Amino acid sequence: MTDDANAFQTALSLILGLDPDLLGIVALSLRVSLSAVLIATLIGLPLGAALALWKFPGRGSLIVVLNAFMGLPPVVAGLTVYLLLSRAGPLGELGLLFTPTAMVVAQVILVLPIIAALARQQIEELHGDYHEQLRSMGLSKQRMIPTLLWDARFGLMTVILAGFGRASAEVGAVMIVGGNIEGVTRVMTTAIVLETSKGDLPLALGLGILLLGLVALVNAAAYLIGESARGRLG
Amino acid sequence: MNEMTRLAATAIPTLSLQGVGFVHRGQTLLHPVDLRLEGCRRTLLMGPNGAGKSLLMRLAHGLLTPTQGQIRWEGRRPRQSMVFQRPVLLKRTALANLTYALAVNGVPRARRKSVAREALERFGLAALEKRPARVLSGGEQQRLALVRAWLTEPEMLFLDEPTSALDPAAIKAVEDAVRDFHARGTRILMSTHDLYQARRLADDVVFLCGGRVLEYTSAAEFFTAPVTPQARAFIRGELVW
Ligand SMILES: Nc1ncnc2c1ncn2[C@@H]1O[C@H](COP(=O)(O)OP(=O)(O)OP(=O)(O)O)[C@@H](O)[C@H]1O
Ligand SMILES: [Mg+2]
Repeated sequence: MTDDANAFQTALSLILGLDPDLLGIVALSLRVSLSAVLIATLIGLPLGAALALWKFPGRGSLIVVLNAFMGLPPVVAGLTVYLLLSRAGPLGELGLLFTPTAMVVAQVILVLPIIAALARQQIEELHGDYHEQLRSMGLSKQRMIPTLLWDARFGLMTVILAGFGRASAEVGAVMIVGGNIEGVTRVMTTAIVLETSKGDLPLALGLGILLLGLVALVNAAAYLIGESARGRLG
Repeated sequence: MNEMTRLAATAIPTLSLQGVGFVHRGQTLLHPVDLRLEGCRRTLLMGPNGAGKSLLMRLAHGLLTPTQGQIRWEGRRPRQSMVFQRPVLLKRTALANLTYALAVNGVPRARRKSVAREALERFGLAALEKRPARVLSGGEQQRLALVRAWLTEPEMLFLDEPTSALDPAAIKAVEDAVRDFHARGTRILMSTHDLYQARRLADDVVFLCGGRVLEYTSAAEFFTAPVTPQARAFIRGELVW
């Protein structure tokens, strides 16, 4: 009991004292997850828009697959990337396994379906509302995309934040492809797993508190964005 | 109206509908019609609810493809605008809705705001400038949609019951606007349920009933000597089907 209380105090002092190890881990976590979300957004928004606007053979299956992949277990994503990047794998020559880049790739696979599938829903809904007017104004589907993305931006922001939540909270994928190498590929979630198993509860707890704070921050941001949108634009 | 717009008016290509019909899931919503919309005339589309007025407008405007017959612009495709029965405004402020339309029409960014403000002023909506368009009242939305159409300087304008949600003063404002469009050289196809409004505005009348065009004549003829019993009943304000 006192041990736990001490662990909590030590955790707080690590955070407040800006412990360099801790900061390094947090910085890498953010770098990996933000890169993954950025890449997934750049691919996912146009993909979602294309799925929302164009009817083509196989569209239904693609949507089902995307929706299913929203729930892809991180360890499976990690394993897939591991197999691709391992020395014997098809992309083994790149030597990316156990690097932050590999972790970004794995997280992109996790986040992309979320962003693409949810963006598709949002854009399709808005398109249903706008398309007659925009067509009447002479816009082609292609030219509608910037308008739709812009007018759906608050909803899409929430979508992107949901993607970020998934990336920053998962542990399986980054563990497998990153290897949890200290100072190289150790991120918050993998560090928590390791430190807990080693019994270094203060560091694990400190990271846990930070991670919780980060996730709370993300959700608060999503909420505020949604609210302000409703307030300002109806 | 200066000489330039007068010349432009004569040059609006004719819109011809030949045997245009629309069938949806085995149900004939529009029986084959022949129409020619020419020059700078105001054609009023009348008929009971569900007659097919909005449908005919969508077809003519090119938003729907007829399941039979042909719709053709003789010559080039002119600039067109449509104000829908239920106007669709973007999730932006009133002003931003207007500058958006200007942007689509290629008006340089530097001029958009001032042009849009001028138009709001002209139509008495200046107070709405900063309001989100989606929370405006039904009538305000309808009028804003009309201002948006005004800014795109259409040669052919489709107005689907543009005064259905308006108070008397606003109705007068919209009718004045229709006259202004006309004076600027715009051809108009407009639907309404208001017989008096049709009398005030129409050059020609298309009378639709149950998906059939029963009459297509000059307004004078339609109101004084309607041919079909349905039209006679409609003008007397009786139920028709
Ligand atoms: N895209 C569509 N798909 C299926 N049915 C349609 C479609 N468009 C119109 N209809 C049907 O066609 C008929 C005519 O509709 P339309 O909206 O043209 O009537 P209207 O004359 O404009 O009536 P109102 O005076 O109420 O506006 C209606 O029965 C409607 O349900
Ligand atoms: Mg209608």
